[in-house]
Amino acid sequence: MNITRRQFLKTTGATVAAGGIGLSFDKPDAHAAPTKIADTTVTTTICPYCSVGCSILVHTKNGKVVYTEGDPDSPINQGSLCSKGSSLFQLSHNNPDRLKKPLYRAPGSSTWEEKSWDWMLDRIARNIKKSRDESFTKTNGKGQIVNRTEGIASVGSAAMDNEECFVYQKFLRTLGLVYIEHQARLCHSSTVPALAESFGRGAMTNHWIDLRNSDCILVMGSNPAENHPVAFKWIQQAIDKGATLICVDPRFTRTAAKAHIYAPLRSGTDIAFLGGMIKYILDNNLYFEEYVREYTNASFLVHPDFKLPGDNDGVFSGIIGTKTQEGYVGAKYDKTTWVFQKNDDGTIKKDPTMQDPHCVLQLLKKHYSRYTIEKVSDITGTPKDKLLEVYKAYCATGKPDKAGTELYAMGWTQHTVGVQNIRAMCIVQLLLGNMGIAGGGINAMRGESNVQGSTDHGLLFHILPGYLKTPTASQATLQAYNEANTPTTSDPRSANWWGNFPKYSASLLRSMFGLNATLEEAYEYLPKIDDGANYSWLTIFDRMYKGQFTGFFAWGQNPACSGPNAHKTRKAMAKLKWMVNVNIFDNETGSFWQGPGMNPQEIQTEVFMLPCAASFEKEGSLTNSGRWMQWRYKACDPPGEAMPDGEIICELFRRVRELYEKEGGAYPEPILKATWNYGSDKHLFDAHATAKEINGYFLEDKEIEGTLYKKGTLVPSFKYLQADGSTSCGCWVYCASYTEKGNMAARRGKDDPSGIGLYPTWAWAWPVNRRILYNRASVDPTGKPYAPKKPVIVWDGTTWKGDVPDGPWPPLASEKDGKLPFIMKPDGVASIFGPGLVDGPFPEHYEPLECPVEKNALSPQFMNPIVKRWDKDGVPELDIRATCDPRFPIVCSTYRVSEHWQTGVMTRWTPWLLELQPEMFVEMSRELAALKGIKNGDKVMVKSARGEVAAVAIVTRRFKPFTIAGNTVHQVGIPWHYGWRYPDPEKKELRSANLLTPSIGDANTMIPESKAFMVDIVRKEG
Amino acid sequence: MSEKIMLVDVTKCTACRSCQVACKNWNGLPADRTKNRGSFQNPADLNPHNYTLIRFQEEESGDAIKWLFRNDKCFHCTDPGCMKVCPVPGCIYKTPQGAVVLDSTKCIGCKYCYHACPFAVPRFDAATEKMYKCTLCHDRLAEGLIPACAKACPTGAITFGDKPAMVQAAYARAQALGGSATVYGDKVVGGTHVMYVLEKPPAAYEHLPVNPKISPLVFLWKDLFKPLSLLSLLGGIGGSLLYYVIKGPKKPKFEEGGERHE
Repeated sequence: MNITRRQFLKTTGATVAAGGIGLSFDKPDAHAAPTKIADTTVTTTICPYCSVGCSILVHTKNGKVVYTEGDPDSPINQGSLCSKGSSLFQLSHNNPDRLKKPLYRAPGSSTWEEKSWDWMLDRIARNIKKSRDESFTKTNGKGQIVNRTEGIASVGSAAMDNEECFVYQKFLRTLGLVYIEHQARLCHSSTVPALAESFGRGAMTNHWIDLRNSDCILVMGSNPAENHPVAFKWIQQAIDKGATLICVDPRFTRTAAKAHIYAPLRSGTDIAFLGGMIKYILDNNLYFEEYVREYTNASFLVHPDFKLPGDNDGVFSGIIGTKTQEGYVGAKYDKTTWVFQKNDDGTIKKDPTMQDPHCVLQLLKKHYSRYTIEKVSDITGTPKDKLLEVYKAYCATGKPDKAGTELYAMGWTQHTVGVQNIRAMCIVQLLLGNMGIAGGGINAMRGESNVQGSTDHGLLFHILPGYLKTPTASQATLQAYNEANTPTTSDPRSANWWGNFPKYSASLLRSMFGLNATLEEAYEYLPKIDDGANYSWLTIFDRMYKGQFTGFFAWGQNPACSGPNAHKTRKAMAKLKWMVNVNIFDNETGSFWQGPGMNPQEIQTEVFMLPCAASFEKEGSLTNSGRWMQWRYKACDPPGEAMPDGEIICELFRRVRELYEKEGGAYPEPILKATWNYGSDKHLFDAHATAKEINGYFLEDKEIEGTLYKKGTLVPSFKYLQADGSTSCGCWVYCASYTEKGNMAARRGKDDPSGIGLYPTWAWAWPVNRRILYNRASVDPTGKPYAPKKPVIVWDGTTWKGDVPDGPWPPLASEKDGKLPFIMKPDGVASIFGPGLVDGPFPEHYEPLECPVEKNALSPQFMNPIVKRWDKDGVPELDIRATCDPRFPIVCSTYRVSEHWQTGVMTRWTPWLLELQPEMFVEMSRELAALKGIKNGDKVMVKSARGEVAAVAIVTRRFKPFTIAGNTVHQVGIPWHYGWRYPDPEKKELRSANLLTPSIGDANTMIPESKAFMVDIVRKEG
Repeated sequence: MSEKIMLVDVTKCTACRSCQVACKNWNGLPADRTKNRGSFQNPADLNPHNYTLIRFQEEESGDAIKWLFRNDKCFHCTDPGCMKVCPVPGCIYKTPQGAVVLDSTKCIGCKYCYHACPFAVPRFDAATEKMYKCTLCHDRLAEGLIPACAKACPTGAITFGDKPAMVQAAYARAQALGGSATVYGDKVVGGTHVMYVLEKPPAAYEHLPVNPKISPLVFLWKDLFKPLSLLSLLGGIGGSLLYYVIKGPKKPKFEEGGERHE
């Protein structure tokens, strides 16, 4: 909102005074001139960088930004920011490099030409229609109806507001696209199945401020001091109250600098480390027995024929595939034995004593008995005493009133075993009873301002908004689709909330096509993916390289730098007929045709660079990692002719629809029947109208539980959504965010009656403003909090007080209607045994695709047996693998610095940030530097089997050589923020870390393995 | 307006560099092209476009690695050496809160302040021929705001407030930290308005003088030579005047051998 200067000063003054600083206002400094914020208009926005969601004040005068600073009113950042947030001023029109006009690159051209919006949009629409008509497929090879467009792909964008994400996926899906991806695939796609399998939902379970409630914070697989700096405010508060901070990382980082305990480990060995921790918990009886017995599937009995890797050559029972020298490769599992034993009445067989050798807890114990301290130390390179120090400190949180939390990010997600890395910690947290409590949880720290929202709104191939699975070809009807996705339960104490699936699918279809089609027709309009097929990032760029796409949207994303094996990506783009690149600066993707090694004359791709608005130049909402949906406002117009993404999307859709209306073409029905009511008199794109669409409406008068909801009323919450098509809702988890009571995301309440930092009236959290997920597990079966000093919910005999309970039913032990805490799981309990994943119900250590050892020390199965092996199926000359190869003997990991963000597509263009971290670098140990004759500050080349980059050597004590199975193994690390396009584009210097990374992904989600691959380093002469 | 202290608690600093950017943003300072010299620290030192800087320092003792971060800037001394030597009236002045403000617009670039500073803070810009340093955001203080760096700091490494409370907080923090944690600032050069809670003794930190002193030359100049030279100047003038009064104007001598004509 726009605040007056007086109001602002009052708030700041009030906040400052409340902070005990007590400034007075008498005689001002006679020498001081009026400050530059003396009479500005102040607008609130949310930072466009990481996912903490700090609030920023934008000061404007005469419509131009004159200053930016932290918003003191936000309970998340309380007026502070990191270096990126503090630099927002330099993203505004003040930056001369901001794109102001649409730019067109003709086939074979070496330059950009300025064009008008009309010209660009008309031509793009024409291209879309042509590509679509040429590549539209009604049926697949099996004769199943798929109604999809195979010739166009899209990536992007976690930078768009929720409302823009919704209309973008709607635009793409009405066109019939299935190759839809974005940043989430690359960063946290492994989080969703890991957390969903374990607990029921795939998002960060607690939230940023809650970190202050923790007794022990384990940072492993992330570096929050670096990448979520303001989150460290809350970590520091926990430390001030006596919490222990543990940091486990191959490198001593800025987080390690503040940690009480630091333990190094070799990249790619997290499961070994955590497996040892699980063994430690079980051996020493440190698990929270009541919690484990009541709230998890630890007591469930598994099929007697189920086999563990220790008895089965390193794989679980049911493997189908060929065995090679390194074990199974590209195999899959038949999960017949991964099921629970059933009683005659269909209920699951359990042993409440958890002693039966077939029960999950005993199988867990047996599985991790192989992860001895010696073995773990051999694999990870972590000294044994350090392992024990970490285990001891963290596992002390198994006490009922102690809270341990884990913070992770790409260090865990970006591996071929990414999902299982996270699963291992889920098991630890369940054993210790840390889920659902204040200061506990699994805090998956997302890294983009709205990657949570963009995922929630279905910008990935395999999900529609609200995490409804994309329909597959075998699901010929809506009924079949619903049946395949609606779980059932035999336990009356299980709420089985996904049992409501048909209500959400029907409402989603209504949000796409309104009443222009029946539900069945609407379902038919949706494009279908083939059963078991993959359409994700790695597949897209492989197909693109093989010439199978004519058109491509790189919308608010920079795939030339962000995807693995960047040479393959860049060469693939040269095969396209057309590309649309939407961004605020020119970048390596839009300009791929003039990049290093490219000959523009040979590249026939038409490129359309569309200038878009920055985050504070439009209005809308975005959702931070803690699921808080915050509304932000427009401070000023975008520079030149730049337009907000939402308006561009609307304009494109309108023009494509006009073409189909006039000329017909392949299967025009979805385009013609889609509802599109997102404009108003003033705007082509109205964020409020769209937010309401996402929340949902009653499409007819409906009486529910004695109350009449009239047609056109906003649905109060997803409880009221209907399967009969009488309600519409763009994204069911956002239902209740914009109701008759107003725009919940825009709330700025600063009260915290809970005392544990919930701030229930600041913005809105999904689902239904619940701030801590699974909070029914924070109380015992009678409803009494396990941690009475930090209660999340308390049962007072009739109702719950505190946070929104994760289900309003009485406590579990109530005779009438008590329910289990994990309401999104069919059995109502959390999964220690997780059979829903493709590569195992328990995590098992496997080596990365490229690693320094010849054998997996734990078993004859070298790598994850289920991953798709692009080095075998991809492009032979580009998808190269070099493991245990003397040419590339050094382990390499990629990471970030605080001052830059992602591919640097905004921060490299921000002079204050580039000043702080100007150049690509590689950090290495002093021992390795001595071996290679490299001095601190030397220029070096970092090479992998796929490419090489130039970097400055930072020789540091913070990397040390590992001892792995008796051998010395060196590790280095590189940031991935740099690229040739800026600064000094004329040098055409290769700087992007992803030029080195391999095409390989996790078995479940194909998230690329950027965190562990092999390189060599050579000093650059001259 | 009461006296203020800016307290830098290095143990809470994560080197996010929000302070560096917030300072440049408030003061409208441009960015410079820099190089990576084998460190995250950039620029290498305080300079006319960077009034504050995070210094990164790695060290090891036995198995334990340490990475020390220290926010460096003007100390805003109670008895500023820079103000003592500055020849331009009103160019360097103190505010009641304790800010030592160098008004660069009045500066003549003589660099005396740099030589007089116990911490070698003020920086010369060859392009403008003027000196620059942190102003403790005196213009923000006048509006009841806190310095930009303190506001921007997410972890509470930089805080700002009334002197008695801040000094008390500093000592309480050092005590809570234990070990060799110390407070730095209140007991050097007559006290400074930027103070530190350090994890280790001051000697462990680069560019942090253990016993900062205003150069004795300054005192020699200001307290001895300048008064002396003034004295001698005055003495010279006074002496001449006296001589004139007593002895009268100098009369030209007559030529040799001649008689005085009356």
